[in-house]
Amino acid sequence: MHRYVLKRIILLIPVLLGVSMLVYCILDLAPGDAADILAPDDATLEEKEALREELGLNRPVLVRYFEYMWKLLHGDLGESYLSPVSVWSAFTQKAPNTLKLGLASVIFAVGTSLPLGIYAARHRGSWKDAISMILAILGLSMPNFWLGLLLMLLFALRLGWLPSGGADMGLRSLILPTITIGTGMMATLTRTTRSSMLDVIRQDYLRTARAKGVTEEVVIKKHALKNALIPIITIIGTMLGGILGGATLTESVFSWPGVGRLIIDSLNGRDTPVVTGCIIMTTMFFSVVLLAVDLIYAFVDPRIKAQYASKSKKGGEKKDGEKAAEA
Amino acid sequence: MAKKQQKPKLDANGERKQRSQFGEAWHRMKKDKGAMLGLAVVSILVLVAILSNFLLDYDTDVVGMNTKERLQSPNAKHLLGTDEYGRDILFRILYGSRYSLSVGLVAVAIALVAGVTLGAIAGYKGGAVEEVIMRLTDIFSSVPNMLMALVVVSALGQSMLNLMIAIGVTSIPQFVRITRATVLTVRNQEYVESARAIGLSTPKIIISHILPNSLSPIIVQTTLRVASAIISASSLSFLGLGIPAPNPEWGSMLSGGRKFIRDYPYMTLYPGLAIMITVLSLNLLGDGLRDALDPKLKN
Repeated sequence: MHRYVLKRIILLIPVLLGVSMLVYCILDLAPGDAADILAPDDATLEEKEALREELGLNRPVLVRYFEYMWKLLHGDLGESYLSPVSVWSAFTQKAPNTLKLGLASVIFAVGTSLPLGIYAARHRGSWKDAISMILAILGLSMPNFWLGLLLMLLFALRLGWLPSGGADMGLRSLILPTITIGTGMMATLTRTTRSSMLDVIRQDYLRTARAKGVTEEVVIKKHALKNALIPIITIIGTMLGGILGGATLTESVFSWPGVGRLIIDSLNGRDTPVVTGCIIMTTMFFSVVLLAVDLIYAFVDPRIKAQYASKSKKGGEKKDGEKAAEA
Repeated sequence: MAKKQQKPKLDANGERKQRSQFGEAWHRMKKDKGAMLGLAVVSILVLVAILSNFLLDYDTDVVGMNTKERLQSPNAKHLLGTDEYGRDILFRILYGSRYSLSVGLVAVAIALVAGVTLGAIAGYKGGAVEEVIMRLTDIFSSVPNMLMALVVVSALGQSMLNLMIAIGVTSIPQFVRITRATVLTVRNQEYVESARAIGLSTPKIIISHILPNSLSPIIVQTTLRVASAIISASSLSFLGLGIPAPNPEWGSMLSGGRKFIRDYPYMTLYPGLAIMITVLSLNLLGDGLRDALDPKLKN
């Protein structure tokens, strides 16, 4: 088990290196650089060149990348070109807002979709199931920036119940962005819950449980849901991992001061260090959460724990294959 | 793919009607109302996208300004109203289907070709080749799709082709994974071994023996990916990084209408509705295809 965790952590390193190199080099392809944006409009070519020299932009991209990497390995994400703060402080200033919004959305999604998915599975084939599934596929098909605008129109502009943007009003300003992000998550999770529950509902052990007189509520909550939990946790894990990077549009609709807007603003300003830094942090967060979810499986499902414990080299390969098949 | 057959249908002579694998799937899908609705709407949309080029004049109907009729609420002459330049919103939405559908299709075509090729090679070859391809896939897919597309499109510059490339490139990993996984399941079947035994070349084996037998999940994934590519395209346009104004891309229409949302909400309502209907019908179709092509998965 320990060796497995260690292996996963070590495997993260090349992925993060690859991501940083990829993003750094792609951004370097972009026409124009920070010097164009920073220089005053009437700057001469020489002045711009001097500015490039000062920012270190005139050297080859790989040289700059390796310097960047060297600093990164020492925990330094570099300085922003455009504002006098370090990338780290720009990121940490915005990240809590995005995390707060993301967590609220996941909670909203889990709270609504588990009951809905179980309900649909229990009434499989009836109109109740049909309506739940129509709701889910509608949620899945709605572009979330549009949903955000509609919610804003109704609850902020027409009814005036909630603020239309910003993060200044505490919980009240959290509600609309949460529903906006949470709806898409809810849709996916409802469908997963339903199909996973349906797989379990047909199993013999549920019939056995009912036959020995266990109440329906206990059958569903204890016997069925527990066994249906693995795919549900996988989806919740992916959602949790994605919260840092997945709120860009909603943040821009609701002027929410988070990482997504920071990335867009920095992209527009050609502020490469901030963009690269934020994406590396987002990716790292994503990978670490996914790793954590994989470990949680072991606690939820003793069968998987047993697998870890008895894993020889061959077993490890097999697990890889299974994962690929799931993906 | 197991050719799992439902109750055999007998014809007058008591013989079972023979159908190909896809004939069988079509037969199953015909009974799925959602899927047929999706298919019908998608067909209509394709037709609209093709015809709008002939029925609407781009310069006058789609981007031409007409300040006398600006900001009209939906009425008999302009069924969905007009925008701040007096352009008819219905015409713009109809014409906009060309952008959404073509970006969706081309982006997914890029991802399909690249992803299926890489996935098939990884799955069939195994070993170091597979390791390299899959690790690169990991790197690509560990950046959230939307962020990756944002980065690519802002590096390449704002144009329709670049939008297609950005969305296509970010959708490659899913195709690599799904193709590799299905190829792994058919790679060791006897018919592949016999193809190898009679000395067929590797590309020939992959193209004519392995891929046709791993098609179903790829078809389903393609349909669902077109839907999400359309959402990504309109999202990027909404952020001002997609198809530049004044082209009537649905996402940029939404973003333009946003300034007027308080007084003229129909300007944001209808383009979003168009996106939703398109994506919804593709999702319905994709779900139906999945159930029809692989009845084992159906609940």
